[in-house]
Amino acid sequence: MAETTQDRRKERLDRGIKVRTDSVYAISHWQEMTYMLAPRLVFILGLLALPLILSFFPYWQRVISIVCIYALLAVGFDFLANHVGLVSLGGGFYVGVGAYMAALLNLKFGLPPVVTVPIATFAGGVFCTLLFLPCLPLRGVYFAIVSLMFPLLAGRVIEALDIFGGTDGLLGVESFGNPWVERYLLIGSVLVAVFVLRRLLIEDVGLVFRGVKDNDQAVKASAINITVYKALGVYFASTLGCLGGACLTHIYMWAGLSQFALDYSIIPIAATVVGGGGTLIGSVLGCLILVPISEMLRDFGTLRIAVYALILTAFIVYKSEGLMNYGARKYEQFERWVRI
Amino acid sequence: MSQEPLLTVEGLSKSFGGVLALSAVDLTVHAGDILGIIGPNGSGKTTLVNAITGFVHSDRGKVVFKGRDITNWEPHRIADLGLTRTFQVMRPYYSLPAYKNLIVPLFSRRARRSGGWRGGGKTGSRDTVAVDILEEIGFERDSYVPYKTASSLPTGYLKRLELARCLALRPDLIMCDEVFSGLSMSEMASMVPLMEKLQMEGITLIMVEHRLRELFRLAKRVMVLNFGCKIAEGTADEVLGTKEVKEAYFGSEEEVLSHV
Ligand SMILES: Nc1ncnc2c1ncn2[C@@H]1O[C@H](COP(=O)(O)OP(=O)(O)OP(=O)(O)O)[C@@H](O)[C@H]1O
Ligand SMILES: [Mg+2]
Repeated sequence: MAETTQDRRKERLDRGIKVRTDSVYAISHWQEMTYMLAPRLVFILGLLALPLILSFFPYWQRVISIVCIYALLAVGFDFLANHVGLVSLGGGFYVGVGAYMAALLNLKFGLPPVVTVPIATFAGGVFCTLLFLPCLPLRGVYFAIVSLMFPLLAGRVIEALDIFGGTDGLLGVESFGNPWVERYLLIGSVLVAVFVLRRLLIEDVGLVFRGVKDNDQAVKASAINITVYKALGVYFASTLGCLGGACLTHIYMWAGLSQFALDYSIIPIAATVVGGGGTLIGSVLGCLILVPISEMLRDFGTLRIAVYALILTAFIVYKSEGLMNYGARKYEQFERWVRI
Repeated sequence: MSQEPLLTVEGLSKSFGGVLALSAVDLTVHAGDILGIIGPNGSGKTTLVNAITGFVHSDRGKVVFKGRDITNWEPHRIADLGLTRTFQVMRPYYSLPAYKNLIVPLFSRRARRSGGWRGGGKTGSRDTVAVDILEEIGFERDSYVPYKTASSLPTGYLKRLELARCLALRPDLIMCDEVFSGLSMSEMASMVPLMEKLQMEGITLIMVEHRLRELFRLAKRVMVLNFGCKIAEGTADEVLGTKEVKEAYFGSEEEVLSHV
């Protein structure tokens, strides 16, 4: 086309079907139902089918479990960062707490995974939230820095005091037994987490969370204690992380210092950037892309980090909105060039 | 008056670094009153509002509201007790429709406790209540205005939205920080009866204003701040008659008097 971008601009219009399906009552026609349900079904059924599709590649089935653990962290990170306004790099800490708690419950009290996983998940969430309480008044990068201290510190403390098995970690933790339990427990948790949190965000309380992020003074002036909502956000995120950690322990039958690794703090951020911040589903998508890449590059050692950095940079520069936001726009809106 | 004052402030002081923004300010407001606060730019009016409502920590002094010492309480607790404020620099949730702006205050424990808003558990009921409040504050119900995004609303409506956020809490007292400034003449003309209506409904008002003419129509009693000190208090005429006030407004004296 001869015209330059200066003479025209891109006009975006909601598709008619999107306008109608936005109000739930309008859904009567199968086309509208399909339009609304199709993306959700693809996501849900796709995730559920993955272990079956990969049943001839046991190694990759395990990778799917790892993807899910990162996805839990990433969903928590996305929720906390984009809907509560706290950028938390504490992912490694949540995983470590969940992992050690499940391992200790199993080894010291002989409890089976059915019991240790729920306890480590919810009690671990409470434990992490209590430790984070003093940091909640911090904003932006200060909160991020302090939250990063938690996983670093926890590892060093365990090492220095030589508690919980010290550098050797806790060995001999019971496994899930049936690998399908492991796979579907994790996939189910990711789906539940995504849909519960997305639901929460469209309820009235979701507006309070958004207010805490965008306009905390107005929320305070509305007689609402923002610390409560920040703590609630941290609780959701850390519970998901602890769940991931508890599963990790039972998968590898071991809890150790590497579970406080910074990977658990950093990869969720990268996944959220790639997948599209704020959508929650996007961060799952991001993990589905990044974690397998990371597995494939395992042989190259630290070169992994370079590849990561490249992908991340490319996304930030070229598609900073992330895949989900981009995809949703394409799905919901027409775009056309109009002359100015 | 024999009745206990609703709000008593004694010796409230606050300095920012070297700047003494408030120095030993006293004030008393009785239930049902409208108190006006005027003063030149930078005289500490907003700081007074902030210090009373807990948005800044005061250095010295005491604030008693409804018989309780609320000095340096957290803002949400003070609002929960019924002392609310508007922001001079308006703070709506810009990305939300106007009526959705009220969901946050309606979600508060105070709004739920008062129950008067019938904001039961049913989905959507807070939306209805929000539109009711907006109508009360001058958003035309049957127009599209309550449903427009806050970022597209003109100043007049944003000021009303600030008031609506307070009203959603069913407050006892509203501290209004310059609700008239930035309004057109006609917007201002419709705002005055609105404030009168709030007073009739039993809400006590403290109004920080630059617009003296409108303020004096509403407030029986006015206090004047300058450099953080209270330099005068009384009826409009008494206050404008004092030497300190004339000096404080020196240079703009003609303007002050011409407003009345
Ligand atoms: N957060 C702050 N940090 C530092 N100084 C401040 C702060 N808030 C207010 N001040 C200073 O305190 C003094 C009083 O400010 P304040 O905003 O209370 O004045 P005001 O009477 O509301 O003025 P205006 O009529 O312009 O709204 C000013 O000198 C201001 O610079
Ligand atoms: Mg001011």
